[in-house]
Amino acid sequence: MRNSNILKDEALYSMVDAKMVMSESKPILEARNLEVRKGDTRLLAVPCLLIREGEILCLVGPNGAGKTTLLQTLSYLLKPFQGEIFFRGKKVGANHSVLEYRRKLAMVFQEPLLFDTTVFENVASGLKIRGMKRGEIHDRVIEQLERFGINHLHDRSAKTLSGGEAQRTSLARAFALQPEILLLDEPFASLDPPTRNSLIEDLEHIFQQIQTTAIFATHDRLEALRLSDRIAVMNGGEILQIGSSEEVMNHPVNELVASFLGMETILTGKVIKRNGRAFITSIGGQEIESVGEVHLGEAVTLCIRPENVTLSVHPSKEVTSATNVFPGKIVKIVPLGLYQKVQLNCGFPLVAYVTHHSLENLSLREGREAAASFKATAIHVIRRKER
Amino acid sequence: MDLILEGIKKAFYLLFTFDPEVIGITFLSLKVSGIATLISLFIGISAGVTVALSRFIGKRIVVSLINTGMGLPPVVVGLFVTIFLWRNGPLGFLEILYTPTAMIIAQAIIATPIVTGITLAAIQQLPQKLQLQILALGATRLQMVWILIKEARLPLLAGVMAGFGGVISEVGASIMVGGNIKGYSRVLTTATVMETSRGNFDIAIALGIILLLLAYFINLILTQIQQRERPR
Repeated sequence: MRNSNILKDEALYSMVDAKMVMSESKPILEARNLEVRKGDTRLLAVPCLLIREGEILCLVGPNGAGKTTLLQTLSYLLKPFQGEIFFRGKKVGANHSVLEYRRKLAMVFQEPLLFDTTVFENVASGLKIRGMKRGEIHDRVIEQLERFGINHLHDRSAKTLSGGEAQRTSLARAFALQPEILLLDEPFASLDPPTRNSLIEDLEHIFQQIQTTAIFATHDRLEALRLSDRIAVMNGGEILQIGSSEEVMNHPVNELVASFLGMETILTGKVIKRNGRAFITSIGGQEIESVGEVHLGEAVTLCIRPENVTLSVHPSKEVTSATNVFPGKIVKIVPLGLYQKVQLNCGFPLVAYVTHHSLENLSLREGREAAASFKATAIHVIRRKER
Repeated sequence: MDLILEGIKKAFYLLFTFDPEVIGITFLSLKVSGIATLISLFIGISAGVTVALSRFIGKRIVVSLINTGMGLPPVVVGLFVTIFLWRNGPLGFLEILYTPTAMIIAQAIIATPIVTGITLAAIQQLPQKLQLQILALGATRLQMVWILIKEARLPLLAGVMAGFGGVISEVGASIMVGGNIKGYSRVLTTATVMETSRGNFDIAIALGIILLLLAYFINLILTQIQQRERPR
């Protein structure tokens, strides 16, 4: 039993974090066989997670995916039902006391959770808890207040801050501790878009300045892409896929990851023709050409990013590299900030993004006919048998 | 109307002439209720925080018992303290019935559930995640409790006021366990009761006014602290 577990772990190591193991850089944090339960429900199951020193790992996934549970377990705020956490190779709770371990970390929550005192005292609170001397505290706090552009709020009561200012204070409080690992649990989720953007920009800048290790949970994939070195996609308390941003974005392991990463069109069908690496899948009576190693008759899932779909109203005769051209009807148009999301019915549902300009130029309206085209190479193929 | 005016005149006369008996009664009132409140703060805050932060089966029953205790009738407390301290009672050997000590015990019993209940509510109204945030900042459990108490200081001050206000104005238990002995266990409330029953309304009103002023000034001080702490 033990042996098979070890084998399983090794397999997972190689699968999940092969690159890291090969690069031989020692992980700063390592979690093994983490499991969290509440009653009979399993909230989290992470067989293996390695965090490299200096990397920024984003945990992405929908609400309830287990991101918060994972962060709280990693910081030992939540005691795992089973499993171990190693900090720089030392087991937390055994070779490393929990308090000592927690003092190497800092955590920022979705809510600022500030204390009912001044901004300065808030930023100083973690240092005071550690019993640091007044003068030293002062210098460190001022440094962080300046870093987050809130020095002018110094003496203000935390109760009177705006959402953005409060979250800056909360971040400054965490950074003042100069933690070895920073844990951020959707710190921008409750901010309005402009505030959020400026804060993300600042954080991006700070991450570039100081080489910190951070684990950052978010349900916003763009936020994740902007800030992270690696992405872990979570759902149902499990890590579905972990890897570099490009790896995860371009090669999602399954439909769930794909849909979360913005593959708006996900179609399932059977391979009916094969010609070398190109193959045809039958979906809703239509034939879609794509590229990949598949067998004839195999069930596959095709994922198409909406930005890779082109729309036209007068199907031109000219030959393009888009092998897939399908006439369809516009079902719905939803404005999405910078662009419009157009939902079509081509015998199968298809989503395309177009700019406001194109929408007007082509006079696209709900109920109108339009032709959608996309390249065979723009389709990400997932073999259903693989899973 | 004359009765009230006479009473007020007499009250100021007694106050400004530093009538030794009145001064003695006033100081004893303050001492007994002050010590009782301090004891209730120590027990009540500890108990309130403990109940608020722990999870156990039957917590709701405990909380509802505490809430019921907030309205504990002083005469019932007086009755039970008397029985316990009675010469043949379980604590009769202490021989403290009809002493200020017995009054302090009775008043502390009255004030403790009030302070406990308010502490419990004050700690529970803090965001749940605040505890996690404090621990995540590297606090020990004791440091966390201290920070939570500081966070809940405004409602806790209300608890102090409610506790002190409850016992300084209480008469039933004080008269039962203190005995209203002149110059020894006579406090403002018990003296007021006695003077009223004797028909000495002027002195009774005077004592009543002193009691009101006392309660007012103590609360004024506490309110000052509370308001100063309000966010700017």
